[in-house]
Amino acid sequence: MAEHGVAQIWRRIKSIYNIQGNKCETCETHFFPPRPVCPTCRRKGKLVDYQFKGLGSIYSFAVVRQAPDDFKRQMPYVIAQVELDEGTRLTTQIVNVDPENVEIGMRVRACFRKIKEFGQSGVIMYGYKFEPTMKVTGHEV
Amino acid sequence: MSNRVAIIGVGMCKFGELWDKSLVDITLEAGMYSIFDSGVRGADIDGLVIGNMSAGRFTGQEHLGAQAADIGGLGDMPAYSVEAACASGGAAVRHAYMAIKSGEHDVMLVLGAEKMSDVNQTEAMNTISVASDWEWEGMFGATFPALYAFMARRHMKEYGTTEEQLAMPTVKNHANAAHNEWAQFQRAVPIEVVMKSGLLADPLRVLHSAPITDGAAGLVMCREDLAKKYTDTPVFIESSEQSGDTLALHDRQSITTMNAVVNSTRSALKEANLELKDIDVFELHDSFSIGEIILTEDVGIAKKGEGGKVIEEGITQIGGKFPVNTSGGLKARGHPIGATGVAQIVELALQLRGDAEKRQVDGAEKGLAVNIGGTGATSIAHILGR
Repeated sequence: MAEHGVAQIWRRIKSIYNIQGNKCETCETHFFPPRPVCPTCRRKGKLVDYQFKGLGSIYSFAVVRQAPDDFKRQMPYVIAQVELDEGTRLTTQIVNVDPENVEIGMRVRACFRKIKEFGQSGVIMYGYKFEPTMKVTGHEV
Repeated sequence: MSNRVAIIGVGMCKFGELWDKSLVDITLEAGMYSIFDSGVRGADIDGLVIGNMSAGRFTGQEHLGAQAADIGGLGDMPAYSVEAACASGGAAVRHAYMAIKSGEHDVMLVLGAEKMSDVNQTEAMNTISVASDWEWEGMFGATFPALYAFMARRHMKEYGTTEEQLAMPTVKNHANAAHNEWAQFQRAVPIEVVMKSGLLADPLRVLHSAPITDGAAGLVMCREDLAKKYTDTPVFIESSEQSGDTLALHDRQSITTMNAVVNSTRSALKEANLELKDIDVFELHDSFSIGEIILTEDVGIAKKGEGGKVIEEGITQIGGKFPVNTSGGLKARGHPIGATGVAQIVELALQLRGDAEKRQVDGAEKGLAVNIGGTGATSIAHILGR
């Protein structure tokens, strides 16, 4: 038996570390997380791995001020739906910006961060969070 | 021969944080109450179905169907347990409806129950979060209130919904619950208090959110031709419809409308051969106040984007054209997850029977309940008539 959280994270590492999803070559739709079946084309669909660029903009967000223990130390934190440039959305924390400066439409890029710990002696989950794009990183602000 | 399904008995326990009562105690209370209300004997009941979301995590107990039949002294009977997150109660009602309609069962006891206050805050929050997509939303820090906050913020941006409007469902529902002796919060709350209550996940506040509640509700349902044997005031399920949507909120094209609500409501009206204007009383799933605003739009009371305006104009209060959540709704009656969908039907049945006392909608003949699971991945609509 796997320690709490270990297998659950390990088998998803490509997606949660690198934002790897997939794409249906039949209808040209991108999916994140990767879908086992294209809901539009189903058996006519052809799914291939797709590495997302990790760029997008904030679709909606909330400032979390009451959270379970695993996230308490980060409060208040910004959680958002980010619309990736490829057209799909994901749910992620927004970091490196004051909550009061976050707004819908803000351009963001993926970064690699610690997400949470599975209890005091449990596995540490790393993965994507998003931060505002900056000129120094070669992105339009 | 008409083969509608009748509701001949209703019951509940008083909702609240019931530290002195177990899951079994409250389930039994609601079940006994509804059986006594119906006039059936235990031996007349040929099946039981219970809606529950997560007793395994909230209390450690699963296999609730068998437990309820056993504790109720009902002996050897088929006892089913169904789960659809916050729509588990509605799912239980629908399962019994389908079972009776098919002819497999004649008289059924329908229960909904959730005991939420036996665990700490972290466990409660995480358990509620698994109603949405746990691996891709909850695990990344999206609490359940945060997901509804996404909807609220988009609704405010797209349609200009104001903070005052966001507070109004709470004010209305508390005012209604003041007349419901089963409700968790039987008191009015002024709008200023709602608007200054603590932030859960901006822009959502504590008083925009349904509470943690222990509670159970029950119904006795049977074939139409058997109903007269037991009661002079049966009410009937005119239609039962269920629709679905993506599990994760981020996979929906729009997060300011719930397609499953639109589709289940339309189908239910069509199946019952009714139009929205024929409905006299509504129970709409207000786990957060933005939920009631979005649902008033999606069932058709308000045009899209005008849910805030409609509540402001008083159209959804008792005495208005389309009274919504006369019971106090999830906000003030309380939201014991698996019990909610059953409690909505209890309220509609009382309204149609004329037994809703001070919160009675005069002459109510048709009622619509919409019970949703997660952030709208399941929607179950029931239309009742008398």
